[in-house]
Amino acid sequence: MRYPFVTGGSDFIQGDEAIARAAIMAGCRFYAGYPITPASEIFEAMALYLPLVDGVSIQMEDEIGSIAAIIGASWAGAKAMTATSGPGFSLMQENLGYAVMTETPIVVVNMQRGGPSTGQPTLPAQGDMMQAIWGTHGDHMLIVLVPSTVQEAFDFTVRAFNLAEKYRTPVVVLGDAEIAHMRERVNIPKPEEIKVVNRKLPRTPEEERMPFGDPDGDGVPPMPIFGRGYRTYVTGLTHDESGHPKTVDREIHERLIKRIFRKILDNKADIISYHEYELEDAEVAIVATGIVSRSAMRAVKMLRERGVKVGLLKLDTIWPFDFDMIKKLAERVHRIYVPEMNLGQLYHLVKEGAEGLAEVTLIDKIGGEVHTPGEIVKRIERGERR
Amino acid sequence: MNFRSAYEIRDRYLRKDMLPTIFCPGCGIGSVLQFTLRAIDDLKLNQDEIVWVSGIGCSSRVPGFVNFDGLHTTHGRALAFATGIKMVNPDLKIIAFMGDGDAAAIGGNHFIHAIRRNLDVTVILINNFTYGMTGGQVAPTTLKGLRGTTAPYGQFENPFDIAELAVASGANYVARWTVFNYIQGINSIKKALQKEGFTLVEFLSPCPVSFGRRNRMKTAPEILKWYQKITVPINRARKMSQEELEGKVVIGEFVDRDRPGLVRAYREYVERAKRIAGW
Amino acid sequence: MRKEVLFSGFGGQGVILASVILGRAAAVYEGYYAVQTQSYGPESRGGASRAEVVISDEPVDYPKALSPDYAVFFSQEAYTKYVHEVREGAIVIVEKDLVPHRDPEVENRLRVYEYPLTELAEQTTGLSLTMNILTLGILVGLTRVVSRESIEKAVRDSVPGGTEEVNLKALKKGFELADSVADSAS
Repeated sequence: MRYPFVTGGSDFIQGDEAIARAAIMAGCRFYAGYPITPASEIFEAMALYLPLVDGVSIQMEDEIGSIAAIIGASWAGAKAMTATSGPGFSLMQENLGYAVMTETPIVVVNMQRGGPSTGQPTLPAQGDMMQAIWGTHGDHMLIVLVPSTVQEAFDFTVRAFNLAEKYRTPVVVLGDAEIAHMRERVNIPKPEEIKVVNRKLPRTPEEERMPFGDPDGDGVPPMPIFGRGYRTYVTGLTHDESGHPKTVDREIHERLIKRIFRKILDNKADIISYHEYELEDAEVAIVATGIVSRSAMRAVKMLRERGVKVGLLKLDTIWPFDFDMIKKLAERVHRIYVPEMNLGQLYHLVKEGAEGLAEVTLIDKIGGEVHTPGEIVKRIERGERR
Repeated sequence: MNFRSAYEIRDRYLRKDMLPTIFCPGCGIGSVLQFTLRAIDDLKLNQDEIVWVSGIGCSSRVPGFVNFDGLHTTHGRALAFATGIKMVNPDLKIIAFMGDGDAAAIGGNHFIHAIRRNLDVTVILINNFTYGMTGGQVAPTTLKGLRGTTAPYGQFENPFDIAELAVASGANYVARWTVFNYIQGINSIKKALQKEGFTLVEFLSPCPVSFGRRNRMKTAPEILKWYQKITVPINRARKMSQEELEGKVVIGEFVDRDRPGLVRAYREYVERAKRIAGW
Repeated sequence: MRKEVLFSGFGGQGVILASVILGRAAAVYEGYYAVQTQSYGPESRGGASRAEVVISDEPVDYPKALSPDYAVFFSQEAYTKYVHEVREGAIVIVEKDLVPHRDPEVENRLRVYEYPLTELAEQTTGLSLTMNILTLGILVGLTRVVSRESIEKAVRDSVPGGTEEVNLKALKKGFELADSVADSAS
């Protein structure tokens, strides 16, 4: 396989470009999208590269059509992705739920910008975290990854495809306008160095008949591919293991939805990733995700120089959320600061996890600028002087 | 045409475990389904190379009853989903079974853009002038003066002519019949299934329960008789004035042409891309 | 080692491209960690255009310049707006024809090198728009933040096909100008 870009070496590229290259190296061969700042460069890179690797890149009439097309592509056997920003992500919510319900592996990238509505199209924000987790209607479960560097934009995109395939689920990569447009050194692995996971296919006639069954007990059904003689019926209605609509049967609905929860929640250890920095002896902790965690990292260094025993827990995955880990952290420190580029979203998850064992303090910022390390330092110094 | 019995068609193509259907007595969807299956049977198409796609509505439940791969999607979006399937696996034939509200209201934009792209898909469109599943609300096809629960005093808006919309948007093949015109209907579906690009066969299809009851036509035969009154064959319509055509629905073959389909256009695009990139 | 470089001017002067080329030289050809960011939004429309490069031998945490070690000012507006951010003792390059109003008090604590950059580019290559590349030559020559070979390679990678030689000519003129500073200092 020849790639239309450098592999096995360093490059200096934007986060958007890194996501596109990672997608192709993870096996993505179908992209459907609609132009939107600051995610258009992902689409433009896919449009440039995909035809060269015999993939499909197509501009749809809107974001609703874009996510619909990638779900269709996935059932035809392709790994598929779309990318957008706030307004488009809002439009995608209904079909994101469809992908959850039909257990369709897809990757949806949302490069967050200031909202609500058209908001601040060119500026970064983290205001869509709750939407990424809870945006579509009904009880549902999916995976949300948040990159903080261009390298992570690359790595997490590969991971997003692998998780989508492994757990037959939509995965959201939640970036922001800063990561989207920032250029940074990124090490593009050699193709053979990339671990690529593919969905499991039905292995027996029984599994072919049960595209929503659980033959392995892991909650993940083998996925039939259209056109291979399985004659699979896929519906967004509540369905039984065979795929037949069963819309008024309480037990079947509960069994289906709980399995969709279970296949993710039972595998938290595999799905959730995070990084700890200087937490061993910390009396105060910062919990952050995405671009802000870089400011927080610098703030930790600055505060340590001033003798404040502070550490950082940087979350790569914000959903599923490891409430237990936050509880353990809250047992060790007396206060947890949560800097984020919104008026409090991750804060609520951390607060729930802390269970009152440590005080949780929000360091909010909106308007399109990443927190400076100095701002975080000042807030923590003020908080710890009390 | 091969006149296999309806039982044979049923046994060969329907999922017995999904029957009975949800359709009400007098509903036309079952007839159109039969036309479609007869067309497939006549053409001896491979059942495993056809995917049925649909949105939401009574007609959109059809893919659940047929023994093919099927994707029953969200309201109005069937053709966008179909775009992904077809472009990933062009060997598959896609049949989209849609209703008038699904295709022309909530899915109107996907509909005209799928046609503009000339997506290789055959749309079988059930036009019953109403939202049957949700209980008889007016649709974008409801003719002026007809009643629905959301225009209880008679529709005051202008209707879409879906077939004309498809012609103007660039479809390769467009025909409209009533469920009464079964020979023409089956022949049109056969033609549509064999063509490249976007093909549409629209059927005026009775919905006595949600539509007829509110418009003094409680049974299917009454609706069919009404169809006879309001439909005009396309050849005759061409000789009629605008005023004479007011309140009428034209039936027949609207267009039959051979513009390149999306699959072919994309294939050529890939070749061009590789040439330009020196690949 | 963490070095922060600020490029600023107005739209069309190649401020962003210069920053990208420097970042590329550092990241791809020197093996450093490097991040380039730029200001979008109203600021970049006709007003001040601003780009930053952070170069480090360890992973870069905060990706923006906190107090630039090196700065380039191509316009009065950019100078007025940003010159106060620059670290004490920073090496600063000023397009002197476009920045007539200066702040001697601030400049007292900086190492300022001023040139008619646009005119020099025009004289060297016949193209005033090679001014950004010429400035990169001066910057690299004066600061050695990356090697001359690396910046040359990055210029080749980044400029439009067919303009490589013209741009390298501008770059080399920048090196010469930096060398003459070093000569006069010694």
